[in-house]
Amino acid sequence: MFDFSIVTSWIDEFLRTYLPEFWVLAIEFVVVGVVLLALYCIIALVLIYFERKICAAFQCRLGPNRVGPYGSIQSVADMLKMLIKEIIPINHTDKILFYLAPFFVVCASLLAFGPIPFGRGLQAFDFNIGIFYILAVSSLGVIGILLAGWSSNNKYSMIGAMRSGAQLISYELSAGMSLMTIVVLGGTMQLSTIVENQVDCWYLFQGHISAVIAFVIYMIAGHAETNRGPFDLPEAESELTAGYHTEYSGLQFGFFYLAEYLNMFIISAIATTVFLGGWMPFHITGLDGFNQVMDYIPSVIWFFGKAFVLMFFSLWVRWTFPRLRIDQLLNLEWKYLLPINMVNLLVMVLLVIYGLTF
Amino acid sequence: MKSITNYIITIFKAIYSLLSGMMVTIKEFFTKKVTEQYPENRATLKVAERFRGELVMPHDENNEHACTACGICQMNCPNGTIKVVSKMVEMEEGAKPKKVLDKYYYDLGKCTFCNLCVISCPSKAIKFQNTFENSVFTREKLNETLNKEGSKVREKK
Repeated sequence: MFDFSIVTSWIDEFLRTYLPEFWVLAIEFVVVGVVLLALYCIIALVLIYFERKICAAFQCRLGPNRVGPYGSIQSVADMLKMLIKEIIPINHTDKILFYLAPFFVVCASLLAFGPIPFGRGLQAFDFNIGIFYILAVSSLGVIGILLAGWSSNNKYSMIGAMRSGAQLISYELSAGMSLMTIVVLGGTMQLSTIVENQVDCWYLFQGHISAVIAFVIYMIAGHAETNRGPFDLPEAESELTAGYHTEYSGLQFGFFYLAEYLNMFIISAIATTVFLGGWMPFHITGLDGFNQVMDYIPSVIWFFGKAFVLMFFSLWVRWTFPRLRIDQLLNLEWKYLLPINMVNLLVMVLLVIYGLTF
Repeated sequence: MKSITNYIITIFKAIYSLLSGMMVTIKEFFTKKVTEQYPENRATLKVAERFRGELVMPHDENNEHACTACGICQMNCPNGTIKVVSKMVEMEEGAKPKKVLDKYYYDLGKCTFCNLCVISCPSKAIKFQNTFENSVFTREKLNETLNKEGSKVREKK
């Protein structure tokens, strides 16, 4: 398979022959930053388009199909609308916190977007506590939501933010523990090593019972963390107008919107990296011809294909189930998911000790 | 002990009901969508027979209609869309003058398409047809006269 580190090391060599160390690093940092930001926005646009088309298909209607062929430029039109809308200054809000809140949410989202391995050699930064870092950084989004609700000077936004805060903090536990189950299976927290360990068999099949349960729990907890699917009470339109982002308009609302879609993608991306093998193709031990064929498909396509399948699941779940009330939400987490998670972790430890994994 | 078995049974029942819900939705995903994209599909459009588009008075090949100018449709119309104007004609020697239809005024702009005129007509003289492209540029063009020039009522046998 094509290894992108050939390209990146060529660029690095090219720069080093002409410039001193400081400038090489500065240029590389800026280029990586710009590429990540561009990728962030492009994935958000593509995702919004797919969400609208797929949700329409579930609801027996066609999605947008007038703007561009099959409505593909609809997302761009929406983005332009969001950019030119007026940012309405509200009277008695806490101005600093009000303007700061969307930045927290987007920055937390971008920080979690960084270490995801998009393909062979396409990982922005890779350190030996990868999973721990991702869990830590995705919790920073809660601050943004609480700030938004508090500073809006609106009791309904405040209620929405408090509910969202409770929900996020509770489900962080489940998400973290299910990822710990995989760390037990893999023996490492470094994302690139986790992906490379799945070259023969994805972790979902290696740690059979335990990994499947951990996968399901991680998907449920991931949805609840990103206020998505049947867990979107804090932004339920019929209940709290728009919850914590009611008072925001224009680009600030655009940030919340963007961060929500990208968080959904990040949850799917981390689930594919950890459970479904990241950019590794689907190999079956023993069938060498099949493995050769699978190797021809580029790693980036494997990664995005798997992430999109998981996002299709996410949309499927969203348009099937009714919304959960806040007490049912917290009930689900503390009484069902957390005990199952703990037992599952124990089962995985036993499986690894007795060597019963594949 | 019983509460633990209840707990586990609840979990499995919940999983089963969630999955059966998802089966319903995925079938919906693959059904053909019924949205009709109107101006583009004009060539192959099929409108239902019973769709109420425009009121007409059917005339046969002898230019005869069935309206006896009884005025029941005018009485039943909720907002005065129909105006039946009748005239008395002289019959042959001896018989009394008879009332026949002179003009049948129908205002498409005011009609509520409630179908009360059609179902209350005793001679089945008027009916709705399913043409729906009736837009014009001035309201006056919507005032129609439903009986044609020179037509007369069909004689009852």
